[in-house]
Amino acid sequence: MVSFFSKLKESLVKTRQGFIEKVSQLVAVHSKIDEELFEELEEVLIQADVGIAATQRLLEEIRKSVRQKKISEPGEVKTLLREKMVELLGDPVPVRWSDTPPTVILVVGVNGVGKTTTIGKLAHRFRQEGKKVLLAAADTFRAGAIEQLEIWSARTGSDIVKHQPGSDPAAIVFDALQAARRRGTDVVIIDTAGRLHTKVNLMEELRKIKRVVGRELPGAPHEVLLVVDATTGQNALRQAELFKDATDVTGIALTKLDGTAKGGIVLAIKEELGIPVKLVGIGEKSEDLKDFNGSEFVAALFGEDRWE
Amino acid sequence: MLFEGLAERLQNTFKKLRGKGKLTESDINEALREVRLALLEADVNLAVVKQFTQRIKERCLGVEVLESLTPAQQVIKIVNDELTSLMGGDVSKINFNPAGPSIFLLVGLQGSGKTTTAGKLALLFRKQGRRPLLVGADVYRPAAIKQLEVLAKQINIPFFSLGEQADPVRIAEESLGYAKAQGCDLIIIDTAGRLHIDEELMEELKRLKNVLKPQEILLVVDAMTGQDAVNVAKSFHEELELSGIILTKLDGDTRGGAALSVKAVTGCPIKFIGTGEKLDALEPFHPDRMASRILGMGDVLSLIEKAQAAFDQEKARELERKLRKQEFTLEDFVEQIKQVRSMGPLEQVLSMIPGLGGAKQLKKLQEEFDEKEFVYLEAIINSMTPEERRNPSIINGSRRRRIARGSGTSVQDVNRMLKQFEQTRKIMKQFSELSSGKSTRKLKSFKFPF
Repeated sequence: MVSFFSKLKESLVKTRQGFIEKVSQLVAVHSKIDEELFEELEEVLIQADVGIAATQRLLEEIRKSVRQKKISEPGEVKTLLREKMVELLGDPVPVRWSDTPPTVILVVGVNGVGKTTTIGKLAHRFRQEGKKVLLAAADTFRAGAIEQLEIWSARTGSDIVKHQPGSDPAAIVFDALQAARRRGTDVVIIDTAGRLHTKVNLMEELRKIKRVVGRELPGAPHEVLLVVDATTGQNALRQAELFKDATDVTGIALTKLDGTAKGGIVLAIKEELGIPVKLVGIGEKSEDLKDFNGSEFVAALFGEDRWE
Repeated sequence: MLFEGLAERLQNTFKKLRGKGKLTESDINEALREVRLALLEADVNLAVVKQFTQRIKERCLGVEVLESLTPAQQVIKIVNDELTSLMGGDVSKINFNPAGPSIFLLVGLQGSGKTTTAGKLALLFRKQGRRPLLVGADVYRPAAIKQLEVLAKQINIPFFSLGEQADPVRIAEESLGYAKAQGCDLIIIDTAGRLHIDEELMEELKRLKNVLKPQEILLVVDAMTGQDAVNVAKSFHEELELSGIILTKLDGDTRGGAALSVKAVTGCPIKFIGTGEKLDALEPFHPDRMASRILGMGDVLSLIEKAQAAFDQEKARELERKLRKQEFTLEDFVEQIKQVRSMGPLEQVLSMIPGLGGAKQLKKLQEEFDEKEFVYLEAIINSMTPEERRNPSIINGSRRRRIARGSGTSVQDVNRMLKQFEQTRKIMKQFSELSSGKSTRKLKSFKFPF
């Protein structure tokens, strides 16, 4: 099997070209560390969707280190940047499991970020691990959403609980949890309709779904995953903020990192909201979803061959 | 709300400038720094931001500002002008095939909203008197074809596909014959979402283009896209020569910097914007109105157009006749409310009114204008007898109690409704006098009665 690391590296080629190579160029053309260098570094980070706040913080930390360690070699700035990025992303945080099955994972996000696909990939992974999976088709709004999840259920050999399009999502969740208990399911993954975080009544609906889950199974949902499209700009921060407010998001699944997307938004979300990225999707195949690892991400971003 | 963040920031910047008698270069520099920051936070592409602020600076330092009596106003005007031209100047036209059916090809990244937009376009053009056919050629995403088929059925528009096993090019080719047989004159083709670096799928799009020779190749772009939006648009444009761009999901709180960037970098006009989940939430893109919206000047023209589309001409004439004869009844009141509501969610309508663009004011207004009140109003009126609706003066205490019980409200609610109706009737009377030319001064006091 091709190692995940090389795949991640491959998928980040575009990012690396745009991002790290610019940094390398930058430190090469400057003979000393001055304001001009920082200004250009700022631009590079902003173009990677890192966002103003996180960019300022990274630059501030680099400045501090430069002062403290009396660094004068511009090349060192690249090493420092790498260090600070890994630091900001923090240690990997795994998906949470319940001690007593079923573990319930609620998947939320705005329209078109790849919720259903991510669920398909998650189901595939849990099935590979020999777990009994049940999918709850609580996206009753988008045309074809239930069919899409059914196809994934057939592909991965997972159970599915579904109602008619337009029915109450909370009722489906209720039925799914009942079924999971009866059938001794290990993990229930709930697909919800994509919704813009600004639609108050739709966010209220999510709150209700979460309430129903908690009432039926105390302690659940064990994981609330917010799916974020890696091409999203600064609006991802608002998304994370409002979804967190409605459903206590516990982790982020970053999708579509296989584009030219810089994925810099990961740093912004961690910096401003403290929500860890737990999963990352880097391709269209079932197995292209893995646990997120900050130092792996940064190492791949920097084009290193190994990571420790 | 659309562009709210950007508008707010720019307004704050200009508040400082407003009232200043004379601007120095450092005043302008400070303002431009704010503009730069605001645009970057709004995900406008960095290269575009630099160009933009440079142009503004040049114009601001020119004679027209420094020697003007109200320099701050001038700066705002310049930013407005430049924003408008950055977003594409005029409204762009849609290309149709004068002989034979027109073909529109929808392309874009995964999740940008192609399938939904296909349905919206079909509905929009049918309203304009065309006969669209929806063609599902996304054979990759599970259930994508099914999604389009369901949408087509919802809005009652012919649909064609050959299923997920077929070659997209063959689907498209055979759809031409089907369109002819069905008498359709507009073929809208939904293609698979793809990454612009995916060469294989890009080849497929090129084949589709060569075979079909579409009148429009429209790139669907998620308005929430970050700095990458420009690269997406650029590479699709290089491969396919796009004819236009559709921005989706503009109903969120995205600052929509993508809208500013794509036109500037690719030269492709933005033709439509998606502003909601419902299938009628697709509007032509008006660069000038959008620029005004960014600057918090409101979007009166869009509002008027919405009102015109929503108000049934015939009913309006009937209402006018009744007004003249002063026969305005509770039944007409309900009708009037329904028509206002059919213009869209109130928050959307309100956001277009000048002066209501400010976030705080709007939120307060939204709280006051509870959408549910409309539902109560309707319920109350529906609980009345036809006699009572025509002649509300017969509604006494006992009738009020009955109406309240019937509509699940309280007697106080019924009273309030009747009072509102009386007020409306009065205003309507003024309005009809006004239109017959008796008074023009009263226009200022006209306001919606709810």
